[in-house]
Amino acid sequence: MSATVLSRPAASPFRLGLRRFRRHRSGMVGLVLVAAFVIIAVAAPLVAPVSPIAASWDAIRKAPSWLHWMGTDEIGRDEFSRVVWGARASLAAGVVSVLIAGAIGVPAGLAAGFAGGWTDSILSRIVDAMLAIPFLILAIALAAFLGPNLRNAMIAIGVSTAPVFMRVARAATLDTMTLDFIEAARAVGNPPWRIALRHVVPNITAPVLVQATLSIATAIIAEASLSFLGLGEQPPLPSWGSMLNAAQQFLTQAPWLAIFPGLAIFCVVLGFNLLGDGLRDVLDTRRRG
Amino acid sequence: MRSILLAILFPLGLLLGLAGPAFAAPHDRTLRIGLREDPDILDPTLSGSYVGRIVFAGMCDKLFDYDTKLNIVPQLATGYTYKDPTHLILHLRKGVLFQDGEKFDAAAVKYTLTRDLTMPRSLRKGQINDIESINVIDPLTVELVLKAPNSALLAQLAGRPGIMLAPEVAAKEGKDFGLHPVCAGPFRFVSRIPQQKIVLEKFKRYWNAKAIHFDKVEYIPIVNSAVRLANLQAGALDMVVYIVPTDVPAVEKDPKLRIVTDTSLGYNGITFNVGNGPESKSPIGSSADLRRAFELAIDRTALVHVVYNGLFAPVAQANPPSSQFYVPSVVPPKRDIAAAKKLVAASGVKPPIPVTLLVPNSPDLLQAAQVIQAMVQPAGFDLKIRAMEFASALGAARSGDFQAFLIGWSGRADADGNMYSFLHSGFGFNYGHYSNPKVDALLDAARRAPTVAARKAVYAKVWAIERQDMPILYLWSLKNIVGMKKDLLGFRQVPDGIIRLQGMHFAR
Amino acid sequence: MQGPIGARLVQLLPTILLVSLIVFALQQLMPGDPAVLLAGESAGDPHVIAQIRDQLLLNRPLWYQYLHWLFGVLHGNLGYSWRLSSPVSALIAQKLPVTLQLSLMAFFFAVVIGVPAGVVSAVKRDTAWDWLANAVGLFGLSIPNFWLGIVLILLVSVDLGWLPPSGYVPLAQDPLRSLQTTIMPAFVLGNAIAAVLMRHTRSAMLTALQQDYVRTARAKGLAERTVVLRHALRNALIPVVTLGGLQLGLLLSGAVLTEQVFDIPGIGKLVVDAVFNRDYPVIQGVVLVSGLLYVLINLATDVLYAVINPRLRGG
Repeated sequence: MSATVLSRPAASPFRLGLRRFRRHRSGMVGLVLVAAFVIIAVAAPLVAPVSPIAASWDAIRKAPSWLHWMGTDEIGRDEFSRVVWGARASLAAGVVSVLIAGAIGVPAGLAAGFAGGWTDSILSRIVDAMLAIPFLILAIALAAFLGPNLRNAMIAIGVSTAPVFMRVARAATLDTMTLDFIEAARAVGNPPWRIALRHVVPNITAPVLVQATLSIATAIIAEASLSFLGLGEQPPLPSWGSMLNAAQQFLTQAPWLAIFPGLAIFCVVLGFNLLGDGLRDVLDTRRRG
Repeated sequence: MRSILLAILFPLGLLLGLAGPAFAAPHDRTLRIGLREDPDILDPTLSGSYVGRIVFAGMCDKLFDYDTKLNIVPQLATGYTYKDPTHLILHLRKGVLFQDGEKFDAAAVKYTLTRDLTMPRSLRKGQINDIESINVIDPLTVELVLKAPNSALLAQLAGRPGIMLAPEVAAKEGKDFGLHPVCAGPFRFVSRIPQQKIVLEKFKRYWNAKAIHFDKVEYIPIVNSAVRLANLQAGALDMVVYIVPTDVPAVEKDPKLRIVTDTSLGYNGITFNVGNGPESKSPIGSSADLRRAFELAIDRTALVHVVYNGLFAPVAQANPPSSQFYVPSVVPPKRDIAAAKKLVAASGVKPPIPVTLLVPNSPDLLQAAQVIQAMVQPAGFDLKIRAMEFASALGAARSGDFQAFLIGWSGRADADGNMYSFLHSGFGFNYGHYSNPKVDALLDAARRAPTVAARKAVYAKVWAIERQDMPILYLWSLKNIVGMKKDLLGFRQVPDGIIRLQGMHFAR
Repeated sequence: MQGPIGARLVQLLPTILLVSLIVFALQQLMPGDPAVLLAGESAGDPHVIAQIRDQLLLNRPLWYQYLHWLFGVLHGNLGYSWRLSSPVSALIAQKLPVTLQLSLMAFFFAVVIGVPAGVVSAVKRDTAWDWLANAVGLFGLSIPNFWLGIVLILLVSVDLGWLPPSGYVPLAQDPLRSLQTTIMPAFVLGNAIAAVLMRHTRSAMLTALQQDYVRTARAKGLAERTVVLRHALRNALIPVVTLGGLQLGLLLSGAVLTEQVFDIPGIGKLVVDAVFNRDYPVIQGVVLVSGLLYVLINLATDVLYAVINPRLRGG
């Protein structure tokens, strides 16, 4: 988000919002949580005490101890190191799939809202149809088709989430279109594409950004769900969802295998939700709903 | 964390009246069996799933059956004679009724086998297509005329093709027969809700009724092994077919439960792509030396110890030690990294040698794949795991989109069922398109060999070649692990893993 | 936008048709051969596979397969499950009540937890109660359903032995046991919706509490409890009701994983198993029906909103 794009009419509320955000307590907590996980993910090799894929066959499913804070998994790998490294898969899945969803959904929503008429009808029908297919079924089918691995899980989630962004972008565009300065820009004789890019886009950034933050939270859970069904990150690389999948059959004997990855998902998703809430409070003054 | 959750959940529990014993099964003569998955259609001609056979055993008697030593024993047929190698005479049991009251006789045998041979979607055709014609000699005698001698045919008649169907119902229902099957077994089909339960009730005029001690049987599919076990522990199930090895200690600790473990016919192994499309040109696909080096790098004993609590047995052939076709001289080699490295060096391929292992995404196989990955690394193999859900994995395997494929087979009592479609060129389970004319000829010859001893000698030759070419790396043979309530008695464990209800009863 | 309901219903047709086309296309793209899966242990025999493909029309061109299916649907026939041979409509009729029971119980949980929490947090704004209610709401939003399910099974069933871990029993057969087997999954499914309801109730209540009629009521000297419950809550519930409708539509897809974890034989499990078994007619049928339900619930919600919110009627 370069400042130049945002410099026109939307600039001041945006900056104002950022200043207000600093005073938003739960929003800051979210930011700190998210930042912590980003740091953990980036610095995983430094944070993790041992390699996440180093197996030790004489130490399988050992309970948490000083040596292994979170115990060891079904083939004797350090669970803590795997949770740390798993942050990479989860964060990547969350961010990348939302980028994909935004890259498809926002232009489509902009086009629908801006052009109206047939374009809007057709795009809206497609979005309706996609939303009418249960999200997870859509994602499972896509992931099965693309082949199970992290990259394809991200694509599957991204495509399945795109309709949400299309709706948000379309609604925001329609709102913006009624504003005076658009009329003014039109009257001056600006071509439509220019109006769309220079005037509408900056104004829909705030709702899209809020949606993005909240969608990352959903996407992280979706990735975990897909991995849980065996359609995510490939072994031996850890992802929280696939760790939970493997843990399922050791529920009674090694509950820690299920507890810790789940807690990690919970914390990072909580972080994004808090952050998203905070952003909505300070950016989205209308507060729909 | 647990205590907090407990505090939150406690009122919830009170609300439900501490439901503890309320969900335990009432003490009637209903047997509740937990299955590992939901069977497919309950039509013996169209059924393809392993668990389906467990349900059939409750409903449908076969011409022959297996005893605990895998000998073929009479069931609906009382015996057989070979007039000559292509004429098999079956003598049928007298006074047997189908569950709709129809008489079981030679005409019924002819009807059923003809249905298996001619129904458009029949999965049985390939098993018995050596039958040329079926002649009714008298009501209790049938003659099967064979196109060629086939020593595996009798075993087929102890499998699904040997299940006898009530002809009138089958003719009337056609392809819908599987929605309410009628056979000549101990229990009648009552109802089925897919993925929930299959209910059978006692057939009072069953020919062997004195061996039956339940009024009702329910088969309940529960996919998740932990949930399946929890249901057994909670008393909601009387018996669970297939307890995963890692759960065995939990069952053994439970004073109300008992576990019966016996060898199974099934095995797991790695099929290498040696001739199916461009992927077969991989280093490991084009070099038998490398495949043997790969084997030498694997410590099967440690592998089954980690993944299966040491319950499964390392093997190097398709037939389990309990089989009469087992060749004792074919044993897995000890792990020998130095020897493996030597083979790798001799192959001329520079390590690390990339190998991609296709694995269906079941938790235990994934675990095994990761252990193998770690084991072969010191020998110079860079093993990549490609996990896929089962259907996609099978699709990839059949279309040649793999280098190595970790897959299992439920196993058959007769060696032919464990070897022919896997090692003979042109057959479906031969995913890697292994093709060796000598092996093909031997497998065909074994079908025609008259005695078990003669066939075993032929199979020993097959193994000698297989160990050299190594299209399939056999890893471990499975165990049938059945958990049940202590007061459930009379269970006979047959290596095919099928639950025979005859003779079983509650002690209460 | 709020045209006659008839016109809206007609508009649904292309959406539903599009749903079926998308699903059909996805099925074709999925790897794996349905015939091989059907053959199961008999897949070793190449002739068997060829014959099954022939029987299932898998050798016909795609447009033919799709039109064949569509023609059946237009005649009220959703086709037959390849794996079970039962009519797809019968399967759906067997499974839908299970999922509906689960969804309604989940919705009950959501309302019972979400609405009071929202009211409390709005009325006691910026107190510990507000904080607690918010925490509960965020907890529900952030916790992965399937993990909560696993933890509950672990605690309530395995450790405490209070509830059966799974083994669904129909309501008609044994009501108590049916509730016992569905209460955990319903809670798991409901808590996320409770969170959404709580947040919306809170913001709607905050808005309502600042309206003139509330001030008037207070000025009249009415008890605070009456003001909150009679006047503010009633108005605040309008958006909540419509939102609830939307969430009910989403429950079906939420049920997919929950049914998987608890082994509940509902629509979600039916369709996931169908995907993994490549039982195309079942996938097609279920998605068609659930898509139809979804758009109908959406429509009903829109209509309901227009009815209870007179401001919108004028346009």
